[in-house]
Amino acid sequence: MDLNYTDEEKAFRDEVRAFLAEKLPKEISDKIRAGRNIGKEGYQWWHATLNERGWLNFNWPKEFGGAEWNAVQRHIFEEECAAAYAPRIVPFGLSMLGPVLQKFGSKAQQDFFLPRILNGEHWWCQGYSEPGAGSDLASLKTRAVRDGDHYVVNGQKTWTTLAQYANWIFCLVRTDPEAKAQEGISFLLIDMNTPGIEVRPIVLLDGTPEVNEVFFDDVRVPVENLVGEENKGWTYAKYLLTHERTNIAGVGFSQAGLDMVKRIARIETANGRPLIENPHFAARLARVEIDLMAMATTNMRIISQAAAGQAPGVESSMLKVKGTIIRQEINDLARRAVGPYAMPFASEAVEGDNDPIGPDYAAPVAAQYFNNRKLSIFGGSNEIQRGIIAKVKMGG
Amino acid sequence: MDFNLTEERQMLQDTLRRYLADRYTTPVRNDILDSPAGFSADIWRELADLGVLGALFDEADGGFGGAGFDIATVFEELGRAGVVEPVLDSCILGGRLIAQVGSPDQRALLDQVISGKLHLALAHGEPASRYDLSRVETTVRTDGTGLILSGRKAVVVNAEAAGQLIVSARETGGPFDLDGISLFLVPAGTPGLGLRGYPMLAGGRAAEVTLDDVRLPESARLGAAGQGFDPLMDVVAAANCALVAEVLGAMESAVELTRQYLMTRKQFGRPIGTFQALQHRFADMLIELEQARSAVINAAGHLKAPDRDRQIAAARNLASRAGRLVAEETIQMHGGIAMTQEYELAHIAKRIVMSDHRFGDADYHLERFIALGAA
Ligand SMILES: Cc1cc2nc3c(=O)[nH]c(=O)nc-3n(C[C@H](O)[C@H](O)[C@H](O)COP(=O)(O)OP(=O)(O)OC[C@H]3O[C@@H](n4cnc5c(N)ncnc54)[C@H](O)[C@@H]3O)c2cc1C
Ligand SMILES: Cc1cc2nc3c(=O)[nH]c(=O)nc-3n(C[C@H](O)[C@H](O)[C@H](O)COP(=O)(O)OP(=O)(O)OC[C@H]3O[C@@H](n4cnc5c(N)ncnc54)[C@H](O)[C@@H]3O)c2cc1C
Repeated sequence: MDLNYTDEEKAFRDEVRAFLAEKLPKEISDKIRAGRNIGKEGYQWWHATLNERGWLNFNWPKEFGGAEWNAVQRHIFEEECAAAYAPRIVPFGLSMLGPVLQKFGSKAQQDFFLPRILNGEHWWCQGYSEPGAGSDLASLKTRAVRDGDHYVVNGQKTWTTLAQYANWIFCLVRTDPEAKAQEGISFLLIDMNTPGIEVRPIVLLDGTPEVNEVFFDDVRVPVENLVGEENKGWTYAKYLLTHERTNIAGVGFSQAGLDMVKRIARIETANGRPLIENPHFAARLARVEIDLMAMATTNMRIISQAAAGQAPGVESSMLKVKGTIIRQEINDLARRAVGPYAMPFASEAVEGDNDPIGPDYAAPVAAQYFNNRKLSIFGGSNEIQRGIIAKVKMGG
Repeated sequence: MDFNLTEERQMLQDTLRRYLADRYTTPVRNDILDSPAGFSADIWRELADLGVLGALFDEADGGFGGAGFDIATVFEELGRAGVVEPVLDSCILGGRLIAQVGSPDQRALLDQVISGKLHLALAHGEPASRYDLSRVETTVRTDGTGLILSGRKAVVVNAEAAGQLIVSARETGGPFDLDGISLFLVPAGTPGLGLRGYPMLAGGRAAEVTLDDVRLPESARLGAAGQGFDPLMDVVAAANCALVAEVLGAMESAVELTRQYLMTRKQFGRPIGTFQALQHRFADMLIELEQARSAVINAAGHLKAPDRDRQIAAARNLASRAGRLVAEETIQMHGGIAMTQEYELAHIAKRIVMSDHRFGDADYHLERFIALGAA
């Protein structure tokens, strides 16, 4: 064991830093830091910038043109990007659908879709959840009925993140209503421009239109858009979920968040002293930093095992639970740190190009605190993850 | 000891609860949240007509209540319904300050406050003051013809609606001195008074207030020169009593919404409330809720007692911890639905959590409690 970066790893870190210094303009990183939306164009520009460097598909295997970084490289990249307030990589095409197509897709699907994920022509969204099927995903009801060369899809998806930007959606649909829940599900790729699809926004509690309802009314989908075999979709769906959970520990985000809290706490004062010297606040900060230091190592231990060919099974559930608790705690600290200036609702309508209402760092923190309550709900809720951990580890 | 409400308070509670349940529905409230004013003038008038505003004042001040338990009774119901109308600002912070130290002319304003015709706002906190009530850097000076105020006030809730702002300014001493803080009534529209208004995350509106050589006559003084700190402490204590009661009411709503949801939402073929993982956490919330109820009673019962400040600090620390638990757990136990803006719980949870940012969070009140205990 050696906890120090090797010379190659240090060189890689310098390379990432130099890239970010050169390619990430301050106007974008300022927006990310202020918690503002950079819009579809913003994300597409960042994807293109990374793709040009060959770093967009760092988690893809070499045979599909990916960089195939190891755990340490990923960690360095995520940490540096978060520290520089780079936009996040939108995961739906790159880390969710991509790996599924690589493992289960036809050659034709791989050839057609993978390049379009990279070049930004396709923006994917994830059509898993339904109003009646959340934690119990296998109870989903959206129907797909074979009609000649097409499936005809009827039903509703919900909580679909950024569907308003997407032109494609991957969906779990029921193709055999008679079979046991998990066995009648198929994995379909659907062009959002097909007639019969309607997207309705849902505004989240922090005021952002981040998710949507997606309605399907006799939507005709060519059979060649079925991934793998009919009624085997559950296997692919679960494979995707383990990938969805890989970066769910969010160590880079936590690290950047913690740095931000420290920055705020050095500026804010309580009783005339910097807040960071306040014993109660300092203790909260220290506890979460101690947790995060261990988490960073847990995260690397687990990803590097997975990279060596062992699938991160129940351990990814552990990363998810602890990682989200840490991130949420940091959001809580940030809102505490700014005091009364957490109260303004800093919408773009209010601030626009004007000065922020209070200190610039105060504007997004309360909204982020509320928005990130989602972390312990989606991607398999923390209760579901704990259930998985107990089931697997108790050998019951 | 007697833990029952008096008959009058019981009636007040019943009336207000019924009125708000019928009138202050989620869609009505959501429209209010989106409105330019941030509150409803109709609801305000109705609250005044029901006597809700009057219940927050002593008889000597034109009201018919004014004790800790009156405040707690009203605010528990306002909290339960997630009311965003500025009762705290106009009545507790503004009105009670005038009632306490106002001249006869100034006290004449109370009638208008109680009848809902006049709004007030307390412009005390400043950009650097955080929760420290003695940190006042806004200044007042005289030039022979009158008083001149200059400085900045931060997150002044209800400033735009207020016909009169109560502004604190330092007359003598350094930024943290308890002596030397004076209070003034500044009518809306006074030259040099600038407001930059904005909505707040949990509803209602506030403003950044600038005082750019605002000129006032001597008669604008509220209370004795340099003696503003003690009356400020008194109204802030009453406001803290109101806030813990509001949080209690909101927690009750959050828990009740969750109870209903756990019994109706089905996953894996059964109500999610049948999963023990959720049952135990629901039970923990109820335990904390009863603790919070007692903390509110302690605060309300000691509003005029010698150890008021220690009781208030204890209540706010406890309500803040319990509130955070309930807000976060009720959202979690609902899953995605609680993350949506228009669902009742989202608003209630925001009211609970954001109350931390008025007059101090759990840490601030913990420190106060420790400091007061050692004294
Ligand atoms: C912001 C956001 C973005 C999302 N984006 C997407 C997306 O892009 N695509 C997509 O398909 N989905 C998305 N989701 C949906 C997400 O995956 C679901 O919210 C999640 O699966 C939980 O389902 P639910 O909301 O229906 O809650 P429910 O499943 O109804 O759960 C309610 C509560 O019950 C608990 N519970 C359920 N079953 C059990 C059990 N057996 N034991 C103990 N506790 C249990 C849960 O943990 C939770 O606390 C998103 C959700 C959010 C909030
Ligand atoms: C110091 C001491 C004094 C006692 N005095 C008395 C006495 O005077 N008279 C008397 O009659 N008994 C007495 N008891 C016994 C006591 O009532 C039992 O220990 C208790 O009922 C638990 O039973 P158990 O020890 O068999 O544990 P178990 O019932 O086997 O429980 C083991 C664990 O499983 C948990 N558990 C069990 N069922 C559930 C469930 N449905 N859901 C979730 N978790 C569950 C328990 O909480 C515990 O953590 C005493 C015990 C102690 C330790």
